[in-house]
Formats: sequence, structure tokens, C-alpha cells
Amino acid sequence: MAEPAKEIVVDPGLDETIKKLTSEKIEKTINKVLTKGAAARLKVYMQTCVHCGLCSEACHFYLSHDKDPRFSPVGKVKQTLWEIVKRKGRVDGEFIKNCSRIAHTECNVCRRCSMYCPFGIDMAYLLLLVRRICALLGVVPQYLQDTVNSHAVTMNQMWVKQDEWIDTLQWQEEDAQDEVKNARIPLDKEGAEIMYSVIGPEPKFLAQLLGNISMIMTVAGMDWTMPSFDGWDNSNMPMYSGDFENMARVERKHFEAAFKLKVKKIVMGECGHAFRGAVYDGPKWLAWKEPPVPLIHAVQFYYELIRDGKIKIARKFEQPVTIQEPCNIVRGRGLGDMLRYIMRAACEDFRDVYPRYEHNYCCAAGGGVINCGPPWKKSRVEGNRVKAEQLKATGAEIVVTPCHNCHSGIEDIINYHKLGMHVKFFSEILVDVMEIPDELKAE
Amino acid sequence: MAELESFDWETKEKLVADINEWRSKFPAIYEFVVSNDGEKISAPVRTEDDEFTACVNGETWENTFEKLWSLKFGYDDRLAGLSRKDDEWTVAVDDETWEESFEYAWNIQLSPDGKSIAVNIKGENGYGIALNGKTWENGFVEARDFAISPNGKFTAAGIQTKRLGEGDIFGFAEGIWTVAVNGKPWERNFLNVWSITFGSDSSTVAAEVRVGEYEYAIAVNGTPWNKVFKCVWEPIFYPQGNDVLAPVQVDEGWTMAKNGELIWDRKFVQTWHQKFSPDGQKIAAVVAPEFGKWTIAIDGSSWNRTFKDAVLPPVFSPDSKRVAAIIKENNRWTVAVDGAPWGEDFDMIWDPVFSPSSDRVAAKAEKEGKFCIVLDGKPGKQAFENLWNPVFSPDGAKLLIRSIEDGKYYRRVVPVEEVY
Repeated sequence: MAEPAKEIVVDPGLDETIKKLTSEKIEKTINKVLTKGAAARLKVYMQTCVHCGLCSEACHFYLSHDKDPRFSPVGKVKQTLWEIVKRKGRVDGEFIKNCSRIAHTECNVCRRCSMYCPFGIDMAYLLLLVRRICALLGVVPQYLQDTVNSHAVTMNQMWVKQDEWIDTLQWQEEDAQDEVKNARIPLDKEGAEIMYSVIGPEPKFLAQLLGNISMIMTVAGMDWTMPSFDGWDNSNMPMYSGDFENMARVERKHFEAAFKLKVKKIVMGECGHAFRGAVYDGPKWLAWKEPPVPLIHAVQFYYELIRDGKIKIARKFEQPVTIQEPCNIVRGRGLGDMLRYIMRAACEDFRDVYPRYEHNYCCAAGGGVINCGPPWKKSRVEGNRVKAEQLKATGAEIVVTPCHNCHSGIEDIINYHKLGMHVKFFSEILVDVMEIPDELKAE
Repeated sequence: MAELESFDWETKEKLVADINEWRSKFPAIYEFVVSNDGEKISAPVRTEDDEFTACVNGETWENTFEKLWSLKFGYDDRLAGLSRKDDEWTVAVDDETWEESFEYAWNIQLSPDGKSIAVNIKGENGYGIALNGKTWENGFVEARDFAISPNGKFTAAGIQTKRLGEGDIFGFAEGIWTVAVNGKPWERNFLNVWSITFGSDSSTVAAEVRVGEYEYAIAVNGTPWNKVFKCVWEPIFYPQGNDVLAPVQVDEGWTMAKNGELIWDRKFVQTWHQKFSPDGQKIAAVVAPEFGKWTIAIDGSSWNRTFKDAVLPPVFSPDSKRVAAIIKENNRWTVAVDGAPWGEDFDMIWDPVFSPSSDRVAAKAEKEGKFCIVLDGKPGKQAFENLWNPVFSPDGAKLLIRSIEDGKYYRRVVPVEEVY
């Protein structure tokens, strides 16, 4: 049985920050959260849970650690929130550090466990509540906090400066024109049908994805735009650190950009957590019941383009390919069939996974866990052995991951567990197989 | 502001430019802009030589560029845009470029009278602001966004005061961000600064500041209010003097604060986009009295009617007695005036415009791919390919309509009773 605490992980975001905590501050902060921030919902969950442990089998960390109960969802809540409540907030810094380790690095808040709970208790909510307490006390893994700081300053998660953003779009537009005549990334086009938004890693590390969408939009004849100003990034790490004020600020900026550009809908790139932030958590903090501008994920957008014949497939992708289903768009939104539709439309040899759809395992990178950075990488990849086994069983060579966290997380799992596979975003396959009409082919 | 009196209110119809001809001349035409008086239409165009320039009423600038974008007409009807030549960026104004060029320039803004033009820049000394071709003397690690003063003489931006190592969360927590006015930083640093704004006298600057990880305030000329809040949104100055108004979040919800003191009794689930009436006596803001219900509050008292999806910033009538706002419900857009929504809804609608006498409201709207003028809730008879916001004549009897039909740009002056 794996021991969670055997390997000491050095993380100044936890080790150093707890030195500043006093028992008074901890108690006051906890009691404020428990009585004002979470009172009714927490009480219902606490009183409903019968400690049956049925949630355990849902968790990839639990399964990958040979069913060590400390990694079960209920085990994580028991070690953190139940103790906090039981002790009325009278816990010390080391306890808070342990809470952060469990809540920030060993739970992806993927909500698979809620489906296994006979009462449907949202275990992820309870772990997010622990994160909130930790965040209010300043105890957040260093790399995750740095990403939150980036969001607070730049409204994007990768410290992308304003000039870097626009410059990247402009050279990606020029690159796209090498393939598709008149391909554009129209900036600040007021009244466009669609605002396309992405997450910070695209301009920072994966700029070719911006060129890809320029080609896809041009071939599909879409009326679209991207903001040259803040609000272009739809991702949201403050949502996962527990800094809800900055979570809200980022989401507000995203939707205000759409208002300013007078678009009718937002299409977001291939990212799962960003979808959750923009559709659920962000709007609700801000008092919007629904996103104030309709918003769809790239998987749905590609599905509609292919279904409606706006993008035609010239030749199918030949390598055996499988999928990673992002929790926030499949379990959280039910896009599993659309994902399979586009995979079958674009790929010759699509090999499905088991378990699948809403029962699929999380990538173990989501929920901000991969953003906790290199110190926690080993525990993350070891915590998802079941995903490695699941992917290996498909015999596929390529894993399509329509989510940035899944993309990086699955790549790490492939490398660590030596699966010999590769990851791709769906757009990378689509630009490879789509038909470019002769009149749009670059000379 | 543009002098409405100087506009031609007599010529009923003017065909200003045949865009179809442009299409035969240029391989690519980008986003159109029109002047306030409607006499000019322009767009960045790509020439046969694969260069960019501006086309104004069918005539191209002599200067060509590797890139030209973000064209804007100022209120004085000068045309300005961001241009790149020899891999250096600068501002082009009416076919002349600033002498100084930069590694990068973006976010072009014009002062209210259109006489001053400013941009964010990245240059040899780092990041800063260039105003009318003159760059701040001090460069910074980073400068984001900026505000331009009402008199057009000053600029202020959020700046990073020192470099931060990768992942240095402790350095960040010390506070390395502040506001620089004309390149001179405030003395005090903060975790974050956002939403910088000038007072009416152009000498006072306010911004949202984050004074602790979960403590927010408004700072005025570098000094934060003596009260902190759970969160704050964009501050605005009172029309006269240096008092500052901002939405703030307290335990009971969101409300409005003046210089840190709560001035509305009522608390809302959300409050933002506050505006002063032209006479300075009233404050209107977008509020959510309940979760998922949006409306406008005037001096803390909300309209009876609420709307499900969203309400956009309020617009006061010139006499300060009426308020209109864009509303969205069931994914349909329209305008509500004094709490009453127009009967017809649209695929999209633009900011409402009051007549000078405050009795009429007009807006540009889109339905089924065509644009129309909506006057007091009733769509006009004509549908357009493209349309810009309507402008009332000084006597309120006519509307200036700037539109594209059948590939031709027209400037029309229409008596309001002939809109329908």
C-alpha cells in the first residue's frame, strides 16, 4: 500500500506560509468560512453522509494507490473538513498544510465520486471548501499561487503581456495564410457572430493552435473575432486555489469582452476547467444564473461544423486513436457523444475507452492539480495508474485530449508509465484532415 | 465632443463611397470605421503589392505599411491607427506617422476632444505610454492599459515596479504594482491595481487596489481609502471635485461607497457600472437585487422590473430624468427605458441614444443578419447591410444615419417621423 506522506515534497507555498499563521487567525478564518460562506450546504452534506465509503471506488487516486482509504474521497474529507468542523477550527499550521496537500494536490475536484454517492453529495465542493480555507490563510502550493497571481495581474494564467498576446495573434495569422488564403484572426471586430477565447498556454507555448483556429474559421466561413484586450483568456486558476474574488474578476473580464465586442456567442478552445469556470463557478459568484453570453466548448463547435457540412473531411486520420474525456465537458456537460461524433468523422481507427462518458476517469491534472507544478508531479502521475492502464488497453497510438490540462497530464502519464503514445488536440487532427476548397488554398 | 451643430443637417442623402469599387481594387478590406459626422468611411486595406494602407472615401493614403489596424476616427475626425514598418510600430494619423517608433504599440486611445492620441508602448527603456508621439521618460518592467485625462494632457497606467523571479510568490506578496501618472509612479505599491481613472480636473487619479490578499480598496493619488472591502469594482469621480464613487462588497452584499463610506442603504447580490446623471445629482448602476435577476438602481432604489440574462451600463437622458439600458432576456436583446422594456427584441442591440430634449430614444439593432434603427422601441422601415449608431440633430428633429446598402456607404439625414 502506497504511503502518501513518505516522500517529503518541498513547497514554499505550504512550508513557508504556515510559519506566519497563528492559532487565532486559523480559527477566525475557518469559522467565518463555515458560518458565513458555506453554512447551509455544508450542514446538509455533513448530516447526509452516512460514511458508507461508496465514493471510494470512484477515485483514481484511491484506485491507483491500491485502495488506500486515505485517498478515498470520504477519506480526504475525513482528514480535512470533518476534523476542522469537529475541532471548531482549532487546528494548527501543520494541519492546514496537510489540508492543502490533500485538497490542492490529491483531489482533482472531478466529481466522479458524486455519482457514486447514494445521496449525490458533491464531494468536490467539500474539498473546494477546504481549498478556500487554505487560500484565505495564504497556504496554496507555490506554482498554483503564481498562476493565480498571473491571473490577478494579467487576467491570463501565463503572465502573457498585452503586446505579446497581440503580436502572437498577428504572426499566427500570417502563418495560417501560408496554408489558407486570406486566413485571418480578426481583432476587436465589433458585431461579429463569435468571440473565440483561449487559455494562456496557447499564446505562450502552443501558438500553432491559434493558427489552426484561424484556418478552421476561415474554411468554415465563420464571422468571428478575438479581443486584443484583456478578457481573451477563459481559464481560471483562482477558482481552484480558493481565491474566488479573483476568479470572479477574471470571469467578469471574459464576459465584458464579449459584451464590448457585441458578439452573439463565445466559442472557447479545447479546455475543460475553463468551461467550468465560464459556465458554472464564475457566473454564479457574479450573480449570473447562466453565462450572460451563450458559450460553447470547442468540441461542440467542431461537432456543429462537421455536422452542418461547414467543414468537410478530405481524408481521415489513419493512426489508431483514442480519447481522454475532460471531466468538465463530459461529466459536467454531456459532450461525450459529440466528442465521439467528431472523432469518428475525422479518424479511421477510433478506439473507445472503458469506462467512458461520465464514468471516465479524470486525467489527474485537472482541478488545478497540474498547476501545483513540478514538486507534485510524481504524486500526480502515480495517482493515476488506472488511467495509464485504461489508455494502454485501447492499443491506440494517439490520445486526443480536448482540454489543456488533460493534454499535459496525459502526456506526463504516458511518459511516466512508458505507454509509447502521443497526445494531440482535436484541432491538430482537424487541420490535417479537413478539405480546403481550391479557392482558399494558398499558392 | 464632436460639434453637432457643425454637421451638415440639410443634405438628405449623400453617397459617400462605393465599397463595391474598393472590392475590385484591393485584395482584402478589413474592418470599416466611419467619422462622427458621417462624411468619411475608412478601412485598412491590403494592396496588390501585399502592403497595408488606409482607404478613406475611396482614396488611399500615400504611406503603406507592413501592417495597419485598429483605425479610429477621433471626435475631430482625424483618422488614427497602429502601423508597422521595418518591423517597428507607431501611430499613423491622417497619413502621417509619429517620428518615434517602438518595438510594439497597442491600445490606441483618443482624448474626449480627439486632440490627443496615446498608446501603450514597449520600447528601448521598457514599457510605458506614448502621448502625441512623446514617450514617458521612465520605462517600466511592464505597463498595462492606461487612462487619458479629460484635458488630453496626462496619461496613467498600472506599472510593475520591479522584476519578479519565476514563481516568486513572496516577492509578489510584498506588492510590486502601482500607478504611474505621466511616468511618475505613486509612492505606495499594491498587490494589484486595476481600472485607473482621472477626475474631471485631470489632476487626480483613482484606481482599484488590492491592499492585502483578500482586502480591496480604492486609492486616490496613491492613498487608499481608510476602509477595506471584500471586493471592489471600477471607481468613478464625482463630476465636480475629487470625491470618488465605487461599488464595494461587504458581508451583506454589494453597495455603493463614496470615499470609503457606504452611501446606499440597500445591498445587492451584485452592483457595477455606476454612472452620474449629467446634472451630477443622481447615480445609476447595474444591480442584481436577487441571484440571476438584473436591473438598474437609481440612488440605491431599483426598477421594479428585473431581467434574467443581463443588463448593460445605464445611459442617462440629457435632462437627467430618464435612464435607458440594454437588457437581455431569454437570449434576446432590447432596451429598457425607466424600467419598461421595448416590446420588440433583437439578435443584438447597441447603446441607446437619447434625443437632446430627452423625450426620444434611438438605437442600432440587428435582426436576421440585417441592421435597423429602432426609435422608441419600434424598428425603422429600412434594413441595412451595415449601420453605425444614430445621431440626433441638435434640435432633435432629425437623425443622422450612417449605413451601407448594396455595397454603398450612405450618409443620410432623416426626419425622425420618417424613420418608420
